[in-house]
Amino acid sequence: MSDIFIYPEYEVVRDRDACIGCRVCERQCANEVHRYDEVLGRMVADSTKCVNCHRCVCLCPTHALKIKKSEDCYRDNANWDYQTVNEVYRQANSGGVLLSSMGNPKPFPIYWDKILINASQVTNPPIDPLREPMETTVYLGKHNNEIERDGNGRIKNNLAPQLKLKVPVMFSAMSYGSISYNAHESLARAASELGTFYNTGEGGLHKDFYRYGANTIVQVASGRFGVYKDYLDAGAAIEIKMGQGAKPGIGGHLPGKKISASVSETRMTPQGIDAISPAPHHDIYSIEDLRQLIYSLKEATGYKKPVIVKIAAVHNCAAIASGIARSGADIIAIDGFRGGTGAAPTRIRDNVGIPIELALASIDGRLRHEGIRNNVSLIVGGSIRSAADVVKAIALGADACYIATAAVLAMGCHLCRTCNQGKCNWGIATQQPDLVKRLNPDIASKRLVNLVSAWNHEIQEIMGGMGINSIEALRGNRLMLRGVGLNETELKILGIRHAGESL
Amino acid sequence: MLKEGEIRIPAGCAISGVIDRSGKRMSGECMIKSIATMHDRSNGLGGGFAGYGIYPDFKDFYALHLFYDDTLCQAETESYLKKHFEIAYCSAIQTRKMKSITNEPIIFRYFVSPLPRKLESSHLDEQEYVEKCVMHVNVEIKGAYVFSSGKNMGIFKAVGYPEDVGEFYRLEEYAGYAWTCHGRYPTNTPGWWGGAHPFGLLNYSIVHNGEISSYDANRRYIEMFGYKCTLKTDTEVITYIFDYLLRKQKLTLREAAHVVAASFWSTIETQEPEQRDQEILLRRMFPSLLITGPFSIILGYENGLMALNDRLKLRSMVVAEKGDKAYMASEECAIRVIEPELDKIYAPAGGEPVIFELKGENVQ
Repeated sequence: MSDIFIYPEYEVVRDRDACIGCRVCERQCANEVHRYDEVLGRMVADSTKCVNCHRCVCLCPTHALKIKKSEDCYRDNANWDYQTVNEVYRQANSGGVLLSSMGNPKPFPIYWDKILINASQVTNPPIDPLREPMETTVYLGKHNNEIERDGNGRIKNNLAPQLKLKVPVMFSAMSYGSISYNAHESLARAASELGTFYNTGEGGLHKDFYRYGANTIVQVASGRFGVYKDYLDAGAAIEIKMGQGAKPGIGGHLPGKKISASVSETRMTPQGIDAISPAPHHDIYSIEDLRQLIYSLKEATGYKKPVIVKIAAVHNCAAIASGIARSGADIIAIDGFRGGTGAAPTRIRDNVGIPIELALASIDGRLRHEGIRNNVSLIVGGSIRSAADVVKAIALGADACYIATAAVLAMGCHLCRTCNQGKCNWGIATQQPDLVKRLNPDIASKRLVNLVSAWNHEIQEIMGGMGINSIEALRGNRLMLRGVGLNETELKILGIRHAGESL
Repeated sequence: MLKEGEIRIPAGCAISGVIDRSGKRMSGECMIKSIATMHDRSNGLGGGFAGYGIYPDFKDFYALHLFYDDTLCQAETESYLKKHFEIAYCSAIQTRKMKSITNEPIIFRYFVSPLPRKLESSHLDEQEYVEKCVMHVNVEIKGAYVFSSGKNMGIFKAVGYPEDVGEFYRLEEYAGYAWTCHGRYPTNTPGWWGGAHPFGLLNYSIVHNGEISSYDANRRYIEMFGYKCTLKTDTEVITYIFDYLLRKQKLTLREAAHVVAASFWSTIETQEPEQRDQEILLRRMFPSLLITGPFSIILGYENGLMALNDRLKLRSMVVAEKGDKAYMASEECAIRVIEPELDKIYAPAGGEPVIFELKGENVQ
């Protein structure tokens, strides 16, 4: 049976006048798109192999290369579009489940872009962050303390363990294995410098990175990969991963070819063999089981670390979060359906879960309604794209945000969405030593620090405009938000008014 | 036009307060004089007063002051009150007819104490019980509004210029050891008397000048603890915050001030370890009760007055002392007009609480 040829979606375009035949593109492309043709005496490209990662475009010294959307098309059909038809061909060719990487690219509504932020005029003054303190420090954890006093009448510190963030942004879970050693090192170093945290994901923690433990969140997922006493002790907090926004309802999948000797050792799984996490935790079939795992981890670490429970944003997430808030968790992380992934079945990624904006608003509202918002802090992720998204998320009710896609973009990723193939030309989502070494942790960590610092400046500017000089006074401050072009139901769920409606 | 509570109305204001720490009582006239000096800081759309020590004959009873839109809601409220309280005395609050004060509602005063059997079966402490009943009337009975509910204290407020409001309520006939007052400059017409200030809950009263930017963060937090912000005003939410911190969490005034007008983290870092640890702890415990944006407030309570500015001091406020008397006001002129010769006068720093309390045997 022969495969049906599918014309490449993108074409490599070379300016022959500009090309000097230096062959940088050829050396840089792990997909072997470029080669020098001896007969023709010039460089040629095979677009069928191109994933559109832009590595060659960025590195071409004479800017002779660009990638264009190909003009190939089938007969117009509003129902059977080009992509849909090709996916049928692909499945008929292979008989397999389609795999994709990174977040849901479909044109679902992006609520962040339909929310606008307030600013002060006349009745109260905007505050200038260049001239006045503008506080973005936030403590994550329980705040449901009862005042107790010692013999001298001083308030006792009976707070549960909390995480201190200098900026309300953390790097979300990406495992060593799905991303490279250098990518992990860059994240760890940036988190330390920024006074925030990165997250190991479910791949364990490489021995070399234990020294960044004070800025590390260690994850415990359904496969329990890399989990043992020292690992739990190494981090500042422990995250139980119940779900992921990109693939709610299924576990992680790391292809065998990304499991190098070092990944294998860190993850405690055999080298070269797919590491597939179970869909559920097999010791958690119910909310009371989750409680037991939370307390097992707390027992194991002497109640010194906050425990985060991460769930995917799904239809009933408000009730689920309410259950988690009563189960001993210190922090709930919610991951929206646009969140990224190293590999997920395409159908799941593109069709399961709900937008983080709606999930956050309904969870925050539900927890307040039940009077238990104090029991937990809320972290949201799943496509936080800018400082404006952060501000909107916090005003909707989040304590802090997780970013991962934005972080890999800062390191050079161009969202070609083929992480699962393990041939990342940018040295991020790969384990091939020749590719990994392309990512210089000195440079990548600096770029991460730049990104988050820039966002923090923007957050401060926006806060100052509202007359708010502490991030604490922004949290849940929904009067500062207005919707545009949203219907009644959407406004009700978001708990905000429409633009033009007064306070 | 939407009524206060159905819409949030920003407002500028004038505030003033006085206390005689010896416990000697003074008539409300001095406050009228003081606030009248700051006439231009109000725009005739709200004024009010709070007096402490004004009901010595009924000092063991909660004095409930109510506005009624009509006799129907009055009847409903009174039947509710009778079910929950013993009413020692009730009457209309005496007022003086004035040209400048119009659209007056029915204004009534009740001296009550909780029915012991009801109180016992509620499993609440007495104050909590009264608070619940007040919330019930304000939220559930349309047209009725409790605007004062403390013991041996009372709030008097109306739509109008504050000096006219004082005259309207015949405050020269009351004598108290502490007074606060408020003139309002709202940005549209509330047209409803309940929206004027001071705002009170039990013995706490607040007069406030400012527009806080943290409003909805504070409101959504405090509503978790049974408070209902029906007026959508800053003053209401600030009062509930203090009630929660002082009465329920049993913080001291200074501690509560460090929650709502917390020192900046950068300032805290420079403090002595003992102070630093407590302030960090308070910020970590009650982050959502930090109030940002401009405010100057005078908190009245049974034992005294506290003046507090926002941490950037975005609103004016001066305090002064003369013998046992202490003064606090938006402007110095409002103090000088009632006491030209002062022992000392100064402007407290942003976030610095200034507390004046009754002395010795006068403490309540």
